[in-house]
Amino acid sequence: MPLLEVQDLGKRYEQRAVWRAPRVTHAVRDVSFTIEAGETFGLVGESGSGKTTTGRCILRLIEPTTGQVRFNGEDVLALDRKTLRARRRQMQMVFQDPYASLNPRHRVSTILTEPLDIHQVGTPTWRRARAAELLELVGLDRDAITRYPHEFSGGQRQRIGIARALALEPSFIVADEPVSALDVSVQAQIVNLLAHLQQQLSLTYLFISHDLRLVRHFCTRVAVMYRGRIVELAPVATLFDTPRHPYTRALLSAVPVPDPDVLPQRIEFDPASVDLDAPLTEIAAGHWTRSA
Amino acid sequence: MTKAGVNAVWYDARAAMPLLSVRHLSTGFPMGGRWVPAVQDVSFDIAKGETLALVGESGSGKSLTAYSLLRLVPPPGRILAGEIHLEGRNLIDLPEAEMEHVRGAKISLIFQEPMSALNPVLTIGSQLVEAMTVHGLGGANPRATALELLATVRMDDPARRFAEYPHQLSGGLRQRALIALALCCRPALIVADEPTTALDVTLQAEILNLLRQLKHDFGLSLLLITHDLGVVAHTADRVAVMYAGRIVEESLVRALFKAPAHPYPQALLRAMPGSSHSARRLEPIEGQVPSLQDMPPGCAFAPRCPWRHDACDEAPPEMYPVAEHHQSRCVLVREALRLGAEPSPGRASD
Repeated sequence: MPLLEVQDLGKRYEQRAVWRAPRVTHAVRDVSFTIEAGETFGLVGESGSGKTTTGRCILRLIEPTTGQVRFNGEDVLALDRKTLRARRRQMQMVFQDPYASLNPRHRVSTILTEPLDIHQVGTPTWRRARAAELLELVGLDRDAITRYPHEFSGGQRQRIGIARALALEPSFIVADEPVSALDVSVQAQIVNLLAHLQQQLSLTYLFISHDLRLVRHFCTRVAVMYRGRIVELAPVATLFDTPRHPYTRALLSAVPVPDPDVLPQRIEFDPASVDLDAPLTEIAAGHWTRSA
Repeated sequence: MTKAGVNAVWYDARAAMPLLSVRHLSTGFPMGGRWVPAVQDVSFDIAKGETLALVGESGSGKSLTAYSLLRLVPPPGRILAGEIHLEGRNLIDLPEAEMEHVRGAKISLIFQEPMSALNPVLTIGSQLVEAMTVHGLGGANPRATALELLATVRMDDPARRFAEYPHQLSGGLRQRALIALALCCRPALIVADEPTTALDVTLQAEILNLLRQLKHDFGLSLLLITHDLGVVAHTADRVAVMYAGRIVEESLVRALFKAPAHPYPQALLRAMPGSSHSARRLEPIEGQVPSLQDMPPGCAFAPRCPWRHDACDEAPPEMYPVAEHHQSRCVLVREALRLGAEPSPGRASD
């Protein structure tokens, strides 16, 4: 049984207006995929493609309009508030902006013990010890615990964000552009940390990113989103070596290659050339695409 | 364009006087009762028709260098020392009134976030017409000139875009509008500060194509400020890599990617995903960029450098020649030169 099963997920926004019919926007539409335990599943796409909304719908930070999300076989969307809260211990999120996602008025100790307080895990003394342990886990000094977020660099703040996500010992983490605000040299530190933690703690990742070079490096399988839908889904090597959907091909061809000897071969994409309503079909083992 | 073509343009132009020549530029901020340089001893040339990329991570001083060229250093910062020669004139000594003419007419700036650089309450057309009128350009029919410019930057339906406001345009179109605005006074040099960082990868490719095309059509010089080495490979002729306020390596673009001499660009290239073949580990650069108030006495990269030795901590190294048109700020290069050996520390043998 897969750890996570997403089926026909949809999120629709209605812009209501007096005298006019409501304008309906499909932020996410007809999204289905599964993630096995221990996998790193990449969700790529350009801004507005629906990748962030998909991630948030899975954790019910946004309530999806349609579809099913099963975590360990249990229907997440059917859970009442109290059970959902309990299940959230298993599913955590790492946010993009390490500057905005940590409360600047709170010390690191408060930031890290807060999830434990909310879920009433352990005694206050134990929580504090756990916070120090978490800091070591993400490669920070224990004495960082008394400091404030502004005293840290971007990379260190993202380590704190990861430590907070790990506080409740989750098995599944949605990482939404976790390194895109960071410099390349620091980005590599954080990506290595995520890989190391995955091995050490048997984590499963949903890795949301617009950086295709990074996704190719880090993920096991990848889904490409375009206008709220998945247009192609495949193991990472298959997707990058033999992309089938015209949008995927265009997207991959636009990635700048850091080698002056490799001439860019841009492939243009004509949205009129594809039928987005075409079903996602399996064209080879594990390789799904919407036929053009 | 072939590689030989790019280099040939550069060598020819180099023989004549460079369009822009920056010498020993230092720009800094007051901190704790003294001036602390955030850009230190920066020197480079840009020839007519040439693209120089200034590459660095946040805090390297690359944007501040660009703003210094236009004398737009945000206060309380100021230019502490150095010379900036544009077509032979030193911009540092220019009265502010003349400097205002230089901005736009000689050097123009493209920002990362086009929305904040465009006036939200004026149409694209009126901003273009205004810019041309201020500089006494545009001829008898500035509207026609503006429409022509919008076509030059490959805006679809120029007449419609002329009448639209910035908020009505998508991110990519806004960046095109900003480029049209930068071009409207026919500057000799465009400074582009992270022009594609806020854009999606397909739009990024389009804007980079456009910049290459414009450079080719108008013989423009371009100073491209970026943190992304991927953007540099096919856009720039030469590259200067900055670290902690100084240029640490300067070379033709190919040499930087194929044979970087300084340990910092070497490490930066290895840290990029897709460059190493090891299964899942990237090769990060451990540690962090030193803070301005706490610069090491010697090489600023030494604390993070795998090749650090005693000589690195004595004094900040100078720029040493590695090969023709290639110099590097590393004592290992100096020592290799002295020994007459391969002037490149830790270079892969392949």
